[in-house]
Amino acid sequence: MHARADASDTAPSWPDDVFATLQRFDVRQVPYVPDAGHSKLIQRVLGSSTMRGIPLTTEEEGVALLAGAWTGGQRGVLLMQSSGVGNCINMLSLIPILRFPFLTLVTMRGEWGEFNPWQVPMGSTTQGVLELSGVKALRASHAAEVPAVLEAAAAQAYNALTPTAVLLSQRLIGAKVFTK
Amino acid sequence: MSKANLLDRRQVVSALLANRKDVVAIGGLGASTNDITAVGDHARNFYLWGGMGGAAMIGLGLALAQPKLPVLVITGDGEMLMGMGSLATIALQKPSNLSIVVLDNEAYGETGGQTSHTSAAADLVGIAKACGIADSRAISTLAEVEAFAKAVHDLAAGPRFANVKIDSASVERILPSRDGTYIVNRIRGDLGFQPI
Repeated sequence: MHARADASDTAPSWPDDVFATLQRFDVRQVPYVPDAGHSKLIQRVLGSSTMRGIPLTTEEEGVALLAGAWTGGQRGVLLMQSSGVGNCINMLSLIPILRFPFLTLVTMRGEWGEFNPWQVPMGSTTQGVLELSGVKALRASHAAEVPAVLEAAAAQAYNALTPTAVLLSQRLIGAKVFTK
Repeated sequence: MSKANLLDRRQVVSALLANRKDVVAIGGLGASTNDITAVGDHARNFYLWGGMGGAAMIGLGLALAQPKLPVLVITGDGEMLMGMGSLATIALQKPSNLSIVVLDNEAYGETGGQTSHTSAAADLVGIAKACGIADSRAISTLAEVEAFAKAVHDLAAGPRFANVKIDSASVERILPSRDGTYIVNRIRGDLGFQPI
């Protein structure tokens, strides 16, 4: 997997804000399919003594895992890239049926300066797919707004059982660049 | 279609749950969920009526959240084939309290009995083993089922996987509740969790 070309040489600090919020909400299981945009958060999770990072072979596994986690008394969050949302569709039907808290953090591709046309179709339908499946989408486009968006998303997901996705925009993460 | 020497699915599930104690049992979409109902409704039964391919992962989430409880997933070959990657995910996490049993009739019994991949090619025991679940067994006798049912209570030695070849004859449909929220909250309540 290629690292994204960062606008600056310094690693962004917003993943630390995300980690702190998840910790405060007592999130314990963190299933993920890796994405460069999630790499720092995944590192924090794997180094945590309270959270368990769980690599998946496909994103829908994470939806089912969170249903089991909640049945056993634990909260979780699913980390994935926008293409993974498509892989989840049928499994998302578990959320309204079983009524467990669902929070997912989705790093966006296929928008804001995307160079890879293959990312565009799914990236363009990610928000629509989530909303049609009953998951509210909140978007963060700038580092400064990440903490407030995460706080709102976690609060409504865990306190009000409102299925919620945070779309971490490509503008926030930085577009991958392989071509001029 | 009935073949000689194959186990009866209801007998298998009955043996698995006969002395269940504190087991949480998850029945995969299809006949398996009816099989665990046939043994008797229970506050710790998780009946799936959808989410095909998700039974083993629900088991993993539960097993990680409740490491002191035996968690037993009972599902069919078609359901397991759809979630085959989850065997690799489970092997990596090594939940020592999780057991998975596949009732393998080599067919999609709920949709007209079309043959599944296990009828001629796919070997789920080999797949589970190759994914990294060391204790993966092919079961063909009731005595082996009974030994596996005992092993389910050994919370230190999992994860474990068993594929049981069963008779593909249709059995009476015994249907559990279809209310998923009720099913989940009943298990949560039995484990001591309050409603939100």
